[in-house]
Amino acid sequence: MDKSLRKYFPLFALPALLCFTVSFLIPMVWGAVLSFCSFSTITNAEFVGLSNYVRAFTIDNYFTSALLFTLAFTVVTVITINILAFALALMLTRGIPCTNAFRTIFFMPNLIGGIILGWIWQMIINGFLAYYEKTLLSDSIYGFWGLVILMNWQNVGYMMVIYIAAIQNIPEDMLEAAMIDGANGRTTLFRIIIPSVMPSITICLFLTTTNGFKLYDQNLALTNGAPNHGTEMLALNIFNTFYSRVGFEGVGQAKAVLFTILVALIALMQLYFTRSKEVES
Amino acid sequence: MANVGKKSTEWILFVILLIAAAAVIAPILIVLMNSFKGNIFITGGGTFKLPDSTSFVGFANYTTGIQRIHFFSAFGYSLWITIASVFAILLLTSMLAWYITRVKGRITSAIYYLLVFSMIVPFQMVMFPMSKIANMLHLDNLLGIVILYVGFGCGMSTFMFSGFIKSIPIALEEAAMIDGATPVVTFFRIVMPMLKSTAITIAILETMWVWNDYLMPYLVIGTEYRTIPVAIQYLRGGYGSVDMGAMMAMLVFAMIPVIAFYLACQKHIIRGVLAGAVKG
Repeated sequence: MDKSLRKYFPLFALPALLCFTVSFLIPMVWGAVLSFCSFSTITNAEFVGLSNYVRAFTIDNYFTSALLFTLAFTVVTVITINILAFALALMLTRGIPCTNAFRTIFFMPNLIGGIILGWIWQMIINGFLAYYEKTLLSDSIYGFWGLVILMNWQNVGYMMVIYIAAIQNIPEDMLEAAMIDGANGRTTLFRIIIPSVMPSITICLFLTTTNGFKLYDQNLALTNGAPNHGTEMLALNIFNTFYSRVGFEGVGQAKAVLFTILVALIALMQLYFTRSKEVES
Repeated sequence: MANVGKKSTEWILFVILLIAAAAVIAPILIVLMNSFKGNIFITGGGTFKLPDSTSFVGFANYTTGIQRIHFFSAFGYSLWITIASVFAILLLTSMLAWYITRVKGRITSAIYYLLVFSMIVPFQMVMFPMSKIANMLHLDNLLGIVILYVGFGCGMSTFMFSGFIKSIPIALEEAAMIDGATPVVTFFRIVMPMLKSTAITIAILETMWVWNDYLMPYLVIGTEYRTIPVAIQYLRGGYGSVDMGAMMAMLVFAMIPVIAFYLACQKHIIRGVLAGAVKG
């Protein structure tokens, strides 16, 4: 079978691989090369060594502040989203009436696109702040918490669905045995439920981390980085470096490479953690 | 006594869930409500007031919004790009996945790892060179962007298909080939029908991605063909001035197809998301 199929490469593999080469492979390699060059279009590149990487940090283009903002945002959202999602999942696995309707409602915001979400919450948060005669542009702290609320609204339902599936997979007799042995709710939660859903917790922690790091659309529509780059996250900062000032394309590409390394490190950590969990069980 | 205690905690939980559900739905209802109000009544302290005789403008926001961003063309572009891309992704990547899973060798496993690697690379890394290459190769049109989506969606989809193909016994395919079936017939008659449930999962995940994607259509075809997210972002005028009335109306229009799609395919969507999360 291997042999008779092998010569069918042009038919089975080539079409998808051509698309992959044009839209990913070449741009990826080219992008990596360009990060060491000075250029304004991709054909007039001139080698400049590491200077783009140095300029990413030394010239004041808000890269470090975007990095710190993104880190703070990710830490806060990872914690809040997972706690809320886990709490909802616990409530929805106890046979309370209308469980399915609740699940349907909680998951829904996840399907709405980032740009649309950003504008919805811009209107609502500005509506609240208007009572204090402030707007999202008054201080970057409002943008920060606005993004946190938005992100929770969008992602809690998604993580909840993962947690519900995990909790439902816990063998019934394990919970019964715990009850017969007189375990109270707290003991059951910390000794049985949480340890048995640990793989799902790992998945959700990493999903929320990558979602936080890569956030772009919501950031663009909610504040567009205002006021004065105070709410600019990494992805938006990279975009603005590329497209809002001529002559900084190389710096933008260098930032993109650093961003990619950061995201890839998170993914590798995830792989390491999920693999080591699989070995245990 | 214990039973009474259990009942009352159930009631408390039910009330908590009701409040949470209200918090989830409220923003959507507020958008709907404000889409019938005049511009100045949406911001500046009036956001949460119901429309009254002075603030009510009927469907005026809808008509301005539709005209300003050509909503129905945007809807058409989004629909075409999503359907064509998802269909092309399913067809081409299932073939690729079958090939690289069944043909063992250094090249096929190198392809596999490259595809997996592409899943973790953020769009910003390739954004600039890709949009320039798309220009050079004349892919900046409604057909070209489908090719770009296939290339970018390839990773996850091939990964999920080949994960499934690894789990199905090879004997069936071999039997067909011994009986004289060509690889093409074997794939379309034997393999493809078995891929159905994986294909539904992938279709859901890719649909959610392509439909909501902003940056790629903005950079590649944004000047000529504006998809819904791109069109909505264009409502923001120069210097940050926004016609909030038209914005609210268009947000409502943008959400209707998504919510309809969700309510119609809810089971598949939740199952797809679960499968995608665990494997991705």
